[in-house]
Amino acid sequence: MTLQQTTERAAAEPRTPGRDPAPLLPDRRPARVLGTPAADAVDPALLRELHRHLVVGRRFNEQATALTRQGRLAVYPSSRGQEACQVAAALALRPRDWLFPTYRDTLAVVARGVDPVETLTLLRGDWHTGYDPVEHRVAPLCTPLATHLPHAVGLAHAARLSGDDLVALALTGDGGTSEGDFHEALTFAGVTRAPVVFLVQNNGYAISVPLAKQTAAPTLAHKGVGYGVPGVQVDGNDVVAVHGVLSAAVERARSGGGPTLVEALTYRLDAHTNADDAARYRSDDEVERWRAEDPVTRLETHLRAAGLLDEETGRQALAAAETMAADLRRRVAEEPAVDPMELFAHVYATPTAQLGEQRARLAAELRAEAGSR
Amino acid sequence: MTSRGTTMAEALNTALRHALRDDPAVHVMGEDVGTLGGVFRITDGLAAEFGDARCADTPLAESGILGTAVGMAMYGLRPVVEMQFDAFAYPAFEQLVSHVAKMRNRTRGRLPLPLTIRVPYGGGIGGVEHHSDSSEGYYLHTPGLHVVTPATVGDAYGLLRRAIASDDPVVFLEPKRRYWTKEDWSPDGPAAPVPPIGRAVLRRPGTDAVLITYGPSLPVCLEAADAAREEGLDVGVLDLRSLVPFDDETVCAAVRATGRAVVVHEASGFGGAGAEIAARVGERCFHHLEAPVRRVTGLDVPYPAPLLERHHLPGVDRVLDAVRDLQWPSATRARHGGEPYAVGA
Ligand SMILES: Cc1ncc(C[n+]2csc(CCOP(=O)(O)OP(=O)(O)O)c2C)c(N)n1
Ligand SMILES: [Mg+2]
Repeated sequence: MTLQQTTERAAAEPRTPGRDPAPLLPDRRPARVLGTPAADAVDPALLRELHRHLVVGRRFNEQATALTRQGRLAVYPSSRGQEACQVAAALALRPRDWLFPTYRDTLAVVARGVDPVETLTLLRGDWHTGYDPVEHRVAPLCTPLATHLPHAVGLAHAARLSGDDLVALALTGDGGTSEGDFHEALTFAGVTRAPVVFLVQNNGYAISVPLAKQTAAPTLAHKGVGYGVPGVQVDGNDVVAVHGVLSAAVERARSGGGPTLVEALTYRLDAHTNADDAARYRSDDEVERWRAEDPVTRLETHLRAAGLLDEETGRQALAAAETMAADLRRRVAEEPAVDPMELFAHVYATPTAQLGEQRARLAAELRAEAGSR
Repeated sequence: MTSRGTTMAEALNTALRHALRDDPAVHVMGEDVGTLGGVFRITDGLAAEFGDARCADTPLAESGILGTAVGMAMYGLRPVVEMQFDAFAYPAFEQLVSHVAKMRNRTRGRLPLPLTIRVPYGGGIGGVEHHSDSSEGYYLHTPGLHVVTPATVGDAYGLLRRAIASDDPVVFLEPKRRYWTKEDWSPDGPAAPVPPIGRAVLRRPGTDAVLITYGPSLPVCLEAADAAREEGLDVGVLDLRSLVPFDDETVCAAVRATGRAVVVHEASGFGGAGAEIAARVGERCFHHLEAPVRRVTGLDVPYPAPLLERHHLPGVDRVLDAVRDLQWPSATRARHGGEPYAVGA
């Protein structure tokens, strides 16, 4: 429906007619593919691609966490255990689509094709965003929770107004769905019918706070209903299911079907970040139970049973992972070059006179510093 | 003031119309801006002329409005957001501070946000609470934003055109009690050239002292300068027009020429724009100053109820008192018939 039509309808019907919420409600059980007959119908090439990304992604998480211990990264919010969501999010998009990640989603950004070192710039401390968002069509990693969700709606809405068929996929955590901007984003998405998909990675915790203290909603997918946005729940450790659900939602959005809210049930196996002590709020037993649901293992179990994971395929995936990790180690070991003068370069299109003065002062300080060395 | 003429509201409306006409990327959005034309009618007729996609009524959620506009700007559009009132822009504060102001910087210049946020601000309209805030202090303290406020009809048009054309985000503060004042102005008239953002203008020359002001306080200062003239003091009035970027050069030139300055604004004084201006003038013009820079501002109280607001707002008398307090030499006092002006603050 165009905005014009929306307005005409609104004028004719001053109050919304009660719409049947049934089509918006999530199914009672999360969507699954692995371990069901549907798995046999999936294209083996897709399965292998997902597998390679999962193996590389797992290695990326482990390597990045290791880099924090070596002081090479200031902090790393790991997505170990959530790789299925990360990989599926990146692979569900076409090159012209946009991804809106959070601090948790570096792997999704890397899986989309952004250089790992550029992706980790924020966490390395040499600037905030290291990659070119416009070139890669990946918004900056967002830290203020849920505040990037309206951006995804706006970008998707603008594209639609411009006759451009791109889709925006925005990521958030379970905790983020309590933030006002989550609700405002869904409100705007519902009203504008913007081609946007929201993926909630429900890993059960917002730092230490479990979901039961976060919300009384039946499921997070139900949160779409109040905004006229259909909700879908998916097994977040089943990469094939997440990929299928997201791809369907993305293509629905592209063809004018409007927004979708997807809730993926998953778990982060690592602490919130390397600086967090997860033992203070969750038990080893719980972690063990989720380890048994490891997304990488689950795909490999299926691939083996289907005869799709021969030794050579497995070796190639591992080799790709090691190459990525070695490259990351080597490049992150180099001290990043920072230019203090750049502090003034990107505040305004043209620096103000006041910034010019401050720039000159800092330049003088640096000259004095160099002279006294 | 002529009875025929153009109001500031009409000039702003014309600026929006011309911006929509000249650049298909421009999109106006906000609460009630479509069919109604905005609660102050600044967007009157725009939806009818350009369609409700170019001038869009949004859901009632300020953070969502500004956040959506950020996304639209990321795509390459040039959104012009209307916040309905000063105090109702606060829900959008996080978007403004964490994203609008920082996006260019966070992305090393790769994602500039050409977006204008129009905010009717200030008091003096007898509004009930939450309708009269002077919120400029929050914005000018945030690097990455431009903060612009017109005081005249011509500037309302010219500065809004500049703001919309700017590749930086501009918080455009509209002095709502000036909306209905008329001036003899037309966009095609000889006085129409559009002033660049960041330039203050001397509205009235004066050799004895200068009143530094902006937005809703300009008429108060002009009136105070007239009254001072009757007391034999030649007081100039400087209209800043833009708080960020700040025009140190013009401000300092005016202060050096007179040696005495009073800063006037409606917002509360403590930690406000006037404090910054007085400090800057002190740092730059100390040896030219004959007296400390005085501030005449709103009281440090939450914005008062309508029947009390006149005690809060800087009026002509308070401005005159501050001028009289500028440590005039006895010769000047003699010129005023030996009237004993108080010395010091
Ligand atoms: C507006 C805001 N408030 C608080 C924080 C601090 N914080 C960072 S991550 C986090 C938990 C987020 O939980 P969730 O949305 O479930 O995502 P997860 O970290 O589990 O991926 C908090 C409270 C923040 N980044 N932004
Ligand atoms: Mg979480």
